[in-house]
Amino acid sequence: MNFFKESLLQLLGRAPTRPKPDDFSPEVKKIHFYKKGEKVTLDEIRAEHAAHKSHKWRNRRWTTLLLVNLLFVVSYYFDIQLLEGALTASRFMGFHMADLNSALQVMLAFKHVVLNLLIGTTTVFILWLLLGGRTFCSWVCPYHLLAEWAEKIHLWLVEHKLVKNHEFHRGVRTAFYVIFALLALGTGYTVYETISPTGILSRAIIYGATLALGWVVFLLLFEIFVSQRAWCRYVCPIGMTYGVVGLFSPLRVVYNVESCKHEGECRKVCLVPHVLDPVIKGRAIDINVPIGADCTRCGLCIDICPTGSLRYEIKGLNKVL
Amino acid sequence: MSEEKQKQNAAAAPTAAPVINRRKQQERRQFLRSLMLAAGVVGISAMGYIPVARSWNPRLRPPGALVEDEFLASCIKCGQCVQVCPVEAITLADIMDGFGVGVPYVDARDQACDFSCDGLQCILACPTGALSHSLNYPHEVRMGFARLDRPDLCLAMHGKGFKGQIRGPEFDGLFRYTEIDRWKPQRVHEQTFDLELCDLCVRHCPIEIRITQCEAGKPPSGDVNQCPPRHAIELQAEDRGDGVMRMRPVVLDGCVGCGACEMVCPTEPAAIVIDIESTVERV
Repeated sequence: MNFFKESLLQLLGRAPTRPKPDDFSPEVKKIHFYKKGEKVTLDEIRAEHAAHKSHKWRNRRWTTLLLVNLLFVVSYYFDIQLLEGALTASRFMGFHMADLNSALQVMLAFKHVVLNLLIGTTTVFILWLLLGGRTFCSWVCPYHLLAEWAEKIHLWLVEHKLVKNHEFHRGVRTAFYVIFALLALGTGYTVYETISPTGILSRAIIYGATLALGWVVFLLLFEIFVSQRAWCRYVCPIGMTYGVVGLFSPLRVVYNVESCKHEGECRKVCLVPHVLDPVIKGRAIDINVPIGADCTRCGLCIDICPTGSLRYEIKGLNKVL
Repeated sequence: MSEEKQKQNAAAAPTAAPVINRRKQQERRQFLRSLMLAAGVVGISAMGYIPVARSWNPRLRPPGALVEDEFLASCIKCGQCVQVCPVEAITLADIMDGFGVGVPYVDARDQACDFSCDGLQCILACPTGALSHSLNYPHEVRMGFARLDRPDLCLAMHGKGFKGQIRGPEFDGLFRYTEIDRWKPQRVHEQTFDLELCDLCVRHCPIEIRITQCEAGKPPSGDVNQCPPRHAIELQAEDRGDGVMRMRPVVLDGCVGCGACEMVCPTEPAAIVIDIESTVERV
């Protein structure tokens, strides 16, 4: 199936399709054939993972996320006018920026678009089109960082059989997207912004703590005790919007099948494991397979892979880099 | 297979439990769970309508704000207006405002808008036009309308003067006193007054201050367009025949509702307040 179509359908919530025999390239067929006979023991893999402990991309990402959010704070407190506003809308050295989903909510509710908002939306659209769309989620959104830590607690509790993970249908996020768009259009209020943890947290970081943080705490508790990464996986329309932008993004993660051991550690650390379906033994349709748009380009899979089977790629620039 | 076992199987077959399709069951559970999640999240977000519908917290909005419903629809909740205000008069509302969470307002009693920015910077900063860009001068603004709410408390109505610091040494409200510094707002409590008759509200009215400047031939920034065409507040003599010199603050059609009078009113509560629902057009 066409990569974009498959990528979009997965974003909307459909389970990944298993490739048909015709989909495989002859080169990858050969690799799959030889891998069938290959036996890899668990101890071998464990030893390989133990020897490979890297947090390179995670550390870079956390640093970026903290710096972007700190830049808002510093700009306000020292009035240096670098990055004014909050994540919903801002001005970077005078250039308008507007979060795509917040802007959409305002446009639908207000039914009138001023030029500044249009400029801000276009700038941000181009920015994240180049940078990978959902890259916003893992590299900028402050809720992502808190949810990442909450996820660690959740996984610890699951491992010790203290809680059970409840999965939802991923298609519910598409439903949320439509519902919130219709609510904005129908009621004339930016309903989603009321509960957006991204907006609430960004404002709290910049303008000081509010009672609204209680809602964020509730969401984190829900993710710790009930469902792993529930907000980002099943609800957030911001992630959905950026996901669609990322469909056409040149920056993405690419999987190379050759040295992969298929032990699946990458899928364990992934926020959206369905995008890593091609790493399952026998699923890759080519030697190099680009990962779909729902991927947040967080790099956790790249960090954990001891064989270097996953890496960042800028489409079209491979020869140059 | 032994004969005995075959017999057992044959006996067990008719009474075996019907086949449970675990996957189907799992899928149904997941679907119902997802439905509940959707209902929960949408329900909670819809609760934001309650404070708005009941107007629990009527808010004085910053200069240029569109009418309340349009303002809530158009505000992207970024706080850029908060960042540019020289007197930090603008605050963002909390979750108790429902759909209004993150939307800016002015608590005039705490810190009024004193128009110490000549260019209506909050309006210029607004990326969505929630603060209408059609205003160019402070005197065109209509945030609300001042009202002598408690004439019985008003010092001028009692013919009383005022001596000391406005609202005590603890109050940290800011105001731009042109004679001290044209641009740098000062703490209100740093000024001491000794007035024979209290006229603090008139004295601090930004519109009246500009009119005085214009009459002295010194319009703000040398721009005559900054001169307000109409007065906003004045003291009118009121004679009750008891020989006491009484003055009543009367709000005029030039009032923009900035709240400076409410902030500096020395009585507790303030004798003069901003009526959020009213502007000169609606009064």
